[in-house]
Amino acid sequence: MAEAVFEVFRGDREGGKPATYRVPIAPGMVVLDALHHIQAHQAPDLAVRWNCKAGKCGSCSAEVNGRPRLTCKTRMDALPMDKPITVQPMKSFPVIKDLVTDVSWNYRVNKKIPPFTPRPDTKWKMSQEDVDRVQEFRKCIECFLCQNVCHVLREHDKMEEFGGPRFFVRVAGLEMHPLDSKSRTKLLKDELGIGLCNITKCCTEVCPEDIHITDNAIIPLKERIVDEFYDPVLMLVRKIRGVGKETD
Amino acid sequence: MTPPYETHEHDVLIIGAGGAGLRAAIEALAQGARVGLVCKSLLGKAHTVMAEGGIAAAMGNVDKNDDWRTHFCDTMRGGKFLNNWRMAQLHAQEAPERVRELEHWGALFDRTDDGQILQRAFGGHTFKRLCHVGDRTGLELIRTLQDRGVQQGIDVFMECTITRLIKDGDRIAGAFGYWREQGRFVTFKAKSIVIATGGIGKAWKITSNSWEYTADGMALAYEAGAELLDMEFVQFHPTGMVWPPGVQGILVTEAVRGEGGTLTNNRGERFMEKYDPKRMELSTRDVVARAIYTEVKEGRGSLHGGAYLDISHKPAEYVKKKLPSMYHQFRELADVDITAGPMEVGPTCHYMMGGIRVEAETAQTTIPGLFAAGEAAAGLHGANRLGGNSLSDLLVFGRRAGLAAAEHAKKVQNTSVNSTQIENAARDLLVPFERPSGENPYTIHRELQDVMQSLVGIYRTREDLTRALGELEKLKERNSRVSVEGSRMFNPGWHLAQDLASMLTVSEAVTRSALAREESRGAHSRIDHSSLDATWGTKNNVIAREGAAMTLRQSPVPQLPNELKELVADEK
Repeated sequence: MAEAVFEVFRGDREGGKPATYRVPIAPGMVVLDALHHIQAHQAPDLAVRWNCKAGKCGSCSAEVNGRPRLTCKTRMDALPMDKPITVQPMKSFPVIKDLVTDVSWNYRVNKKIPPFTPRPDTKWKMSQEDVDRVQEFRKCIECFLCQNVCHVLREHDKMEEFGGPRFFVRVAGLEMHPLDSKSRTKLLKDELGIGLCNITKCCTEVCPEDIHITDNAIIPLKERIVDEFYDPVLMLVRKIRGVGKETD
Repeated sequence: MTPPYETHEHDVLIIGAGGAGLRAAIEALAQGARVGLVCKSLLGKAHTVMAEGGIAAAMGNVDKNDDWRTHFCDTMRGGKFLNNWRMAQLHAQEAPERVRELEHWGALFDRTDDGQILQRAFGGHTFKRLCHVGDRTGLELIRTLQDRGVQQGIDVFMECTITRLIKDGDRIAGAFGYWREQGRFVTFKAKSIVIATGGIGKAWKITSNSWEYTADGMALAYEAGAELLDMEFVQFHPTGMVWPPGVQGILVTEAVRGEGGTLTNNRGERFMEKYDPKRMELSTRDVVARAIYTEVKEGRGSLHGGAYLDISHKPAEYVKKKLPSMYHQFRELADVDITAGPMEVGPTCHYMMGGIRVEAETAQTTIPGLFAAGEAAAGLHGANRLGGNSLSDLLVFGRRAGLAAAEHAKKVQNTSVNSTQIENAARDLLVPFERPSGENPYTIHRELQDVMQSLVGIYRTREDLTRALGELEKLKERNSRVSVEGSRMFNPGWHLAQDLASMLTVSEAVTRSALAREESRGAHSRIDHSSLDATWGTKNNVIAREGAAMTLRQSPVPQLPNELKELVADEK
């Protein structure tokens, strides 16, 4: 039976190094299958986060041959077999053990975002066209691969000033909800630091749900901020008419 | 005295953060309770996230004639009248309000032309009833509840496993477990506990369930003295992926058939004509699963031993819009374009109709202060669950459990947590590290899956079930000698050793119940007793612990009041 050679990071916060494992290949096998095989036969304490193994929960994110991927959707037959397959934890988050990282920062950022706030007189009718663009954002499975690959977080560690693509997508989903009445632009500008994003589209490239993060979420949000905070004409109009979403 | 480990105190502790647990937490919080929520995974990853097809609720947005009565009758009929009628009634009556509530909290369902929530057809439902978001309804549900709950202020304990319930006399007093990350122990003091831990699919080899589905909650409740009901009724979903091997069992949503998908065998025959000519592909899951199984067994299976499921007669754009995850799943994992050709599908272990016995109105178990909701609880679905009734179950009974748990907590005085119980639980957790050599938990798990798959599957016989009990006994004995390597820090081998104990206990409950029920009803099919038996139609199997022994007895199915009896008779 054909075998693949894996180099899987083993270690913790203190450090670590790759360990080599040989795994028999089966048709249609994915990298997560290989990691399970390693657990069952060679390293029972190999730490891997996973749940559904069907690309729906976003738990099994890692870097396979240096590329951020869901391991449950990374087919072995799409990887070169002439050299070892490397599997590393996501680089942007602190390692807990082996492939498991501490992603709790994401949950803290999420708490800052004001929830969906319908107008008091809302009639609960929406057309599919209006819902379509928000449904794209709500496909997000929170795999945090976009956060992992974003250079503002990955290279510059700006966790304190920047929310990251995942939360721009989440805010976009609220801001563009047809029945929402709250403005989150100030939060985006001041606390989530959307200005730090310089639209390199790395997040869009790694999204396993094919969400057009940059084009459909980040750029429209940046435009809203420009309109609201930096466009003198619109500012004047708003002042006179008193229109716009409610802000904190 | 002060318990020796890290300790947290709440009025209501909820174990499990899927739809039922989150909905319970939101409700208990709304009642002013201090609420803790413990989950084995990260928040938002629970099995609910995998639900695809929709939430069944008689909103009447598409079929104006639908109402709770029809939904009630469909549920009872689907469950072959073993259901707890009161649960089925409450479920049908309250589901629409629970769906509207989700929308008010930000969920965005697919829409009708006049801007209402769109509903689709599903097996066993008389009308188009499933509110949905493409084929990722569960994700929408869990994300909505998660954001709502976090904003309202639930204390969430992620990646934490509960291994023991602590009692103060007859009452519930708390729970004990460990943090998966560091392996440290943790005690939770609580006046009420809600179990919302889902099912036991991981005891079978071919399953649509995630690793978390190891029956923890059912085992915790059983060990604490609660009763388990209807454990023989395990749902095999008719359509899981069959090829390639690594993806075997992954769910193919019933929405494919709801949207018009057809099933054929290797002769191109739409074989459902033989099994249920009236409802065809939209027959109930038990019937369709057996039909596919039979076609394969009699040599009419697809290339890799399943049936062909085809939706490619619909426009490609429509398929991609209504079934986006199916499109991607097959393209990426199986190299199949479902807009151009058929999928291969076969039965996969999917859902547990049985579970912890609860009181219909309050979701309270037979232990004061202990509640259960969702898949971990039993009663609503009887012998077979209709698609879409699970998500509505989570919302309706999650809310009811949260409400009753909060009210119970207001009434009781402080309970005390007994340190001996905690010390025992802690010692049991550490034993596998102390054995220098012993059984490998992964090996035992694989063998358990083989036993349940081959002997306690879709079709059952006395001989197989008796053999299964013997095999389970041997596995339990081997599991008492399990040993784990490495440290307590995020150690999956150690975690599995804990989960195995739960799976073995609950697998035994399933097998004993299946052996006792000498008839075929709903999801329980006995080759040696192949028809419905009127006497068994009046009885539920109940499992309980007496000392160290598992006991089984029968309890009468609750009788429908006259007005509901007439309703069901009219609908027939």
